[in-house]
Formats: sequence, structure tokens, C-alpha cells
Amino acid sequence: MSMDTAKFKNASPMAGTLRMDRMAHIWCPGCGIGSEVNAFAEAVKRSGIDPDKLAVVSGIGCTGRVAGYVDFDSIHTTHGRAIPVATGLKLANPNMKVVVFSGEGDITGIGGNHFIHAARRNMDIVVICNNNFTYGMTGGQVTPTTPHLAVSSTTPFGNHEYPFNLPFLADAAGATYIARWTSMHSRNLIQSIEEALSRKGFSFIEIVSPCTTLYLRRNRLGDGVDALQFYQENAVLKHGADTREVDIDFQGKIIIGKFVDKNKPTYSEALDERCVKVVGDDYELYGKTVPEREAEEKAEKERVAARRAAVQAEEEKAKRVVTKVSAKIPVKSSAKKAPAKVAKVTKASAKTAKKAAAKAPAKTVKKAVAKAPAKAVAKKAASAKKTAAKKIVTKKAAAKAPAKKTRK
Amino acid sequence: MRKYKTKTVAADPRGVDSGPHFMDGDHAIAEGALAAGCRFFAGYPITPSTETFERFAERAPEVGAMFIQMEDELSAIAANIGAVWGGQKVMTVTCGPGFSLMVENIGLAAMTETPMVITNVQRAGPSTGAPTLTAQQDMMQAKWGPHGDNAMIALSPDSPQECFDLTIEAFNLSEYYRVPVIILADETVGHMHEKVVIPPADQIQVVPRNNYSGPKEDFRPYKFDGKGGHPMTRAGDGYHFHITGLTHNERGYPVVTAEQNKIVVTHLMEKINGNADDIVRLEENDIDGADVVVVSYGITSRIAVKAIQDARKEGIKVGSLRMITIWPFCENRIRELAPKIKCFVVPEINYGQMVLEVERCAGGKCKVISVNHCGGAVHDPEVILDAIRKGSK
Repeated sequence: MSMDTAKFKNASPMAGTLRMDRMAHIWCPGCGIGSEVNAFAEAVKRSGIDPDKLAVVSGIGCTGRVAGYVDFDSIHTTHGRAIPVATGLKLANPNMKVVVFSGEGDITGIGGNHFIHAARRNMDIVVICNNNFTYGMTGGQVTPTTPHLAVSSTTPFGNHEYPFNLPFLADAAGATYIARWTSMHSRNLIQSIEEALSRKGFSFIEIVSPCTTLYLRRNRLGDGVDALQFYQENAVLKHGADTREVDIDFQGKIIIGKFVDKNKPTYSEALDERCVKVVGDDYELYGKTVPEREAEEKAEKERVAARRAAVQAEEEKAKRVVTKVSAKIPVKSSAKKAPAKVAKVTKASAKTAKKAAAKAPAKTVKKAVAKAPAKAVAKKAASAKKTAAKKIVTKKAAAKAPAKKTRK
Repeated sequence: MRKYKTKTVAADPRGVDSGPHFMDGDHAIAEGALAAGCRFFAGYPITPSTETFERFAERAPEVGAMFIQMEDELSAIAANIGAVWGGQKVMTVTCGPGFSLMVENIGLAAMTETPMVITNVQRAGPSTGAPTLTAQQDMMQAKWGPHGDNAMIALSPDSPQECFDLTIEAFNLSEYYRVPVIILADETVGHMHEKVVIPPADQIQVVPRNNYSGPKEDFRPYKFDGKGGHPMTRAGDGYHFHITGLTHNERGYPVVTAEQNKIVVTHLMEKINGNADDIVRLEENDIDGADVVVVSYGITSRIAVKAIQDARKEGIKVGSLRMITIWPFCENRIRELAPKIKCFVVPEINYGQMVLEVERCAGGKCKVISVNHCGGAVHDPEVILDAIRKGSK
């Protein structure tokens, strides 16, 4: 790495959480994993967790490479074994926060047994599952979550099997926190991961994500932007949804949200309770009694809270600086140049908006108008136009691509 | 008593149940592990190794150790790998069918140079075979189980006392060479009750975990020089280690090239095979001037004693070479002895496994008679005696 490249990499806002010396990563353009890792890194930052006290364990596959890119203690395990390795790490070193970041083939296919048992034990780990409906690294084979009738390299005539509903599986097995997002829902995802990192017990976050190179291409669903557009239009937010009803059909609605959040003793808490009953209050694990370990945990929790507050304060400060700087821009910069740029942009956007308005389906606008309260009407109508504009672009792109197959 | 290339410390008295005991080999293995400082055990029950597992479960709370019964052997060995990088010394026990499942991550442990002890209390196979009957059929699997080239250490006890002693040695070797060490016991030794004397803690030598403590920028979890004694690290120490089963550099990052693969594999092989003199331990009796040398291990070596005694009564000059270390194989000693004797007699409870190594190293310079005997029972000493008679002619 030349000095300039190193300097450039280290200037990245992710430099503290990602191993910049390992960039560029291997993921394809349009893949969802990159934005998920970004969300994860951001969530870790915001959570206030000490980066030295966080370990990431991955299995095999595209998502399996996450462990190698995050700047924490990390293990890239064999296929499917990320959860048991994480289990061992957590139990051996209870002060660590342990996160499993892997794909659905790894976690719920070859590692499915470990997944349900870790959930049953309420093992204190966070499992983030990138669900892209395909085995990407090996060339796009069918996985346990590939929707019925979707094409993969091993179901060339459409998937005749029916997929797992992962939140339901996790729920039935005993997971105490279950959420699903798509890779487009960055803000929700950051919040959700932060929440999972701050709680105890088995937390499962499924992230529906596009595999542009294989799943989208084979099913003629366009590129990464088309997938995000699809998520925007078809994701239905439903916190607390009954997990039995969150199946994903081929190109159907995707129910997202936090479905489960409940308290139950973790594996270690339950074990401690038994051992204290048998051995008495002298019971020690790795030379520490339960109250000693609890005190350590409390102290760490306070440190985390302090760090979290510091991060928040810094963000606030940064926001104020940004506001100040932007307020100063017209004064400092050349008055001629700046407005010209703005004008150009405005012109362009006006053009698009016009075009969009003309072509926008009347129904959408009408619907928005009818449903929205008076104040929000203008805003909603504008966003509807925007969406319509995007649609046109997508349609153009789609026209170039081979015709979509209809499967319903 | 084995001498180690590194500093040792006295055992933590908490894990040492000093004094004379009457216990079976399986229990002695659990006690050996606790004495050696093992404080983490993830396993899955399987006959005839379950007693080790149960004893550890019972002793764990009073010693301050973690015990977890996993959902299968795949996860048991995986959890152990996680626990090592979490900072603990770990062990698991199993037998053939479970070992076959563990092989996947024994390979990962070898590749990532993760120290751990795996006991295989062998039972008759193949497949489910005869779960309660003895065998020595997994000798080659211990060496060749995981795919790809890698070198392992395997030790074979012949008594409950040695189950205790060798478990401590296994931990010490595994810590120094950062390699999985396999204890190849068998059902007979595992279930045999005998006197086991556990020494006081200060008389037990333990190789402590060697954790790196230098500056962050110089941290390297690996050094590919074909030697042992390199430091590792544990989660939470701030070094942000990365370990992977992929071919990697000394920082632990993947470097998937033919050149790097050669560097890594050469190191993995050399650190064991190149240090065979340090690792190999044999017990020899009356080898000087012998015409026949009986090469044996585990329970078979105790059956052979009777055959050797009977042969001596008949005036045959017969010696005994008991392999305490199975892998790396005692190549040099066999090569040395081959031209001096008439015959090696190799009794083992399998279709003929270690005899292949003896034949290879004898190189045609003396006869080699395999007294193979499929799983299910120990030999009749008479069969070994017959082979000794044949060999002496």
C-alpha cells in the first residue's frame, strides 16, 4: 500500500471499526453486505461498546468474509460453525460481546442445528444473518430461504422447495430478540443492531439483501438499485408481527420490524443459578464469584454508557459545526460559482420533476392526497413524483435488460 | 517424566485431586485435564468416552470451570476452538463416530494453530460398529483425518495411571507446539479400574498459555518458522486478532497463493515432524541383543507382556518397544533397530495400521509380522507368542 493510499484509507470515517489495510473488499457492486457492515460499524460506534471487548465470528461464504474486514477480535470459522465458535468464545470469556455475522446458507443451512440450539439456550450472542436467498460464493445455488419458484443454479426450473421463515424458526427455537430489515433500511438496522448489542440473550437480526451477480441476474430482477427500489415499495413495517405470518414469497411483500423482544435468563445466568444452589455462594467461574462477575459487568456497563454519551455529544458537536460551516459557505466561497451550481441542479431536477409529474401514475398521487392530512399533502405528492421519476429510470434500464419473466 | 523446551509452572491446586484413587481411565483423563489447567469442556456424549465427560460436568463447578454439552460433535469441537481464543485451555472426548464429525474442525484447529486436547476412546468400527467393544482402529485417522497436509501429535496410554499422566503431557505439548493433541485411548483402558496416584499440585508440571503482551503494531499471531513456542493471544486483550482457515500470513489475514500455502503448510508439518525427537516417547525393554522386537501400544502392549514372558521361557531373545507417542511416528528408532534384529512383531486391534509405518521404516532390512486382529476384543497372548516364534526363526 503506498503512503497516499494508506492515508486515504485511514481518513475514512470507518477507519476505527474496519480494517482499512484489508480494503478493498471482495463484495460485488450492488451487494447488500457492504451497507450492512457499515450499519454494523455505525451501531458499534453508537453503542459505546469498547472495540477491544467485541468479537465478530463468521462462517463461510460472501458474508463469512465480514469477520476479516472488521477491526475487532475476529474468527473466520468453517462452514456453518460460527455460532458454536461464538458460543465457546462467549462462555470462555464472558466479558466479551460476541457477534455472529454470516449468511443464511451458513447459519440456517449447514449450521441450522447450531442456530436453533443457541436460540434454545438463549446464548448471549447477537446473530446477524445476511439473507440474500443464494449461496453467492459458490455461484448462486438454492438456499433454505430461496423463495418458492425462484431460479437458482441448482433449481434452474424454479425452486420446487418451500423456504424457511427465519423469524418464525428463531421464535419457535426460543430466541429472545428477533428483527428483520432489508439492506436498504440502514437507519432501522443501525438502531436494531445497537439495541441487540445493548441487551442480553440470543438476538437474531435477519437482513434481506440483494445478490446482484447471481440471484437478481438469474431471476431478471435488475441491479442493486432496482432491489433497493423493490424493498422501498414492498417492505411493510410491522413491529410485533406474528412471526408465523412473515414468510417471504417470490417478489412478494417483505414484513420488516422488531417482532420479538423478551426477557429470559441467558445460558450463563441459568447455569450460575444452578451452580450457586449446589456449591453455595462460594461458587466461582474462572476464579470469580457471581457477585464479583456482576460487579465487573456493572462497571463495564457504566463505561459503555459513558462512552455512548461521549459519542452522542461528539455527534451533536459535529452537527453544530456542520451547520455553522454551511451557514458560512455563501460568505466565504465565490458568490458567482456557488449559485450557478445550485441553479444547474435546480434546472435539472425541475426537468425531471416535470417529466415525472406527467408520467406519474395518477393513482399514486391521488391516493397520497386522499389519505394524507392537509399539511402533509404537498410533501407526499412531491415524494410520489420522486418515486415515479425513479421508476421511469428503472424502466428505461429494464428495457435494455432482457425481458423479465413473470412467475405468478 | 517428560522434559519440556519451555518454562513450566506448578499446577493450580484447585484442579488437582491429590492422593491415591481407584478409578477408570476415562475418569483419570478428566482429572488429568483439570490438573493441567483445563477450564473449559464442550462435548457430546458417546460410548465409551462418556465417563470423562460426566466427571468433568460434576467437577466443573467446584473447580471453577465451564462445561457445556453441545448439540453434536461438530459444535463441541467448534466451541472449544472459540474458547481457546477466548483464553481458556480446553478438552473434549469422543470415540470414532464422534471423531469423524470433529475432524472438520480439528483441521481448522491445526490450520489456525489452536492448542487443544481431543481424546478418542476407541471402539470397534466402522460406522456405529460395536459401541461397547474395544478397538485400535482410528490410529491412521488421527493422523490423516482432516483434509490437506497437517501434522498432529497423538499419544496412547496403556493404563488409567497413564491416562492421567499423558493427558497432562498432551496439554503441555499442545500449548508449546500450538497444535491439537489427540489421546488415542481404547475402550479397555478407558473402562479399566486401577490405582491412580494423583501427585500434589506442586509436583505437576504445567506449560502455561503463552499470550503475547508486546506493542500492538508488532503483534503477529503466527510465525512460520517450523518451530514451537510462539505466543498467541486471546479475545479482549486489544490486539484485534484475526484467524481464518484460509491460507494466511503472519498477521492472520488471508493470502490465498501457492507461495503462501507452501510457507504455511511447511511450517505446520515441520513444527511437529522436525521436532519428533522432542515429542516421541517410547518405553523399551530388553531391546539390546534381541532377535525379535514387539512393537505395540495401548492395551495391546499389556497383552504382549504375557506373550513376551512366555517367549523368553522358550529361550527366544525378545524385546519390547511400546509407543507412548503414536504421531509423529518413531521413524528413527525403527530405522535404527531394523538392521540389528530379525523381526518386528506388531500386534494391534485393527486390520493392520501402524504396521504399515513399521514396514515403511524397516525398509526390508528385517521381517515385519502383523498380528492384526479386528475390533471387539483384545488379543489372545498365544497368537502374539506364535508370531514371536515365527519371527525368531
